[in-house]
Amino acid sequence: MRFTTLTLAMTLAAGAAYANPVAPGDVSFSDTGAIAESLTGTPGDAASGAKVLADRGAGNCVACHKISSLDAAFQGTVGPSLDGVGDRWDSAQLRGLVANAKHTFPGTIMPSFYKTAGYIRPGDEFSGKAAKGDLQPLLSAEQVEDVVAFLTTLKQQ
Amino acid sequence: MLRTTTALAVGLIATATLGWADADENELVVNGEIEITTHAPAPAYVDGLTEIYSGWRFREPDTQLTQMDDFDNPAFLAVDAAQITWDTVEGEAGKSCASCHGDVMESMKGVRATYPKWNETAGEVRTLAMQINDCRTENLKAEPYDYTSGKMTAMEALISVPSRGMPVNVAVDGPVQSTWEQGKEMYYTRYGQLELSCANCHEDNYGNYIRADHLSQGQINGFPVYRLKNTKLNQVQDRFQGCIRDTRAETFSAGSPEFVALELYVASRGNGLGVEAPSVRN
Repeated sequence: MRFTTLTLAMTLAAGAAYANPVAPGDVSFSDTGAIAESLTGTPGDAASGAKVLADRGAGNCVACHKISSLDAAFQGTVGPSLDGVGDRWDSAQLRGLVANAKHTFPGTIMPSFYKTAGYIRPGDEFSGKAAKGDLQPLLSAEQVEDVVAFLTTLKQQ
Repeated sequence: MLRTTTALAVGLIATATLGWADADENELVVNGEIEITTHAPAPAYVDGLTEIYSGWRFREPDTQLTQMDDFDNPAFLAVDAAQITWDTVEGEAGKSCASCHGDVMESMKGVRATYPKWNETAGEVRTLAMQINDCRTENLKAEPYDYTSGKMTAMEALISVPSRGMPVNVAVDGPVQSTWEQGKEMYYTRYGQLELSCANCHEDNYGNYIRADHLSQGQINGFPVYRLKNTKLNQVQDRFQGCIRDTRAETFSAGSPEFVALELYVASRGNGLGVEAPSVRN
């Protein structure tokens, strides 16, 4: 319910450009796992993306990845450091990695943040109970774009 | 200050935890006399590991110390309570556990090390919890415990005490083989919306951190475990439920055939480690 209200509010605030993001099932990946176009049709907001990366209730990317410039305690070591990730990948490839990294790295431990089908025993969030109805992606299209916008700023060169 | 002195007194290697991600090199001796193996070669059937480590080797020195003396180990409050239960007549048969089994510290020696195991009469793989409940309903004529209840967990802890230091030695072939295979398949299945298998964290990434959580190999030689996080003894299948829930999956029930299979398989991955139960973790 809360999610629905929030989504609605964001849609209203953002206007027409955000009204029809590409649905998770309609996303098209390149051979390297990149997604060429913005999922929302507009560029993301890097400052909002930084919050998604650090927030345990959102992306919580720092659970596994180190990002030195982020003020987030206990950054994990499971994934590679994201320092300088904007030098290593372009925004299309970063978008694909955030949405579903398994297209780029088959078998990777990294969860797919913009996907809603193909799961084994999907749950109702962290309740341990079976999911009710359609799953929501772990991040919204807007959040994916915000994260991508932030990641492209992580340059060392 | 007191803590530092104690740490030095028991000989913990302080350098081992300074920013070193992997298992440390500390040695586990309980009450100054029970030497417990916390590092061993991996069994041949564990393809993804060459070495096995108890979860104790991944914990902070303070937590490690708490397990090294039964007076410090909070699990022993439950052990003491279970000892009273053991000696108390309960159920319509007018018997206590002690009526048949006598001194738990003698009769139960080695039991914890071999469970889950095949029960020929019943024709099934039984966990220690299942065997406790079978004894209660069939021999005591008493009500079974809820599978992950405090009373069950305390009884498991009591029964584990005389096996501490003995090597885990769970059978993987013969009549248990198909159950073991089922457990193995579950171990490598990526459950839930986060698509995580047991192996993703506990085989591929032990030693790494997920935020502040230092990933161990998920060995279960220490169960039941007293967790500082919830300040109680935790039943192993309760922990399985928590792990699968945390993948954003529909979990399995404690005592279900699936979790019996998983417990057998995960226990077998620790064959060669010493029984630690009841252990202390964070």
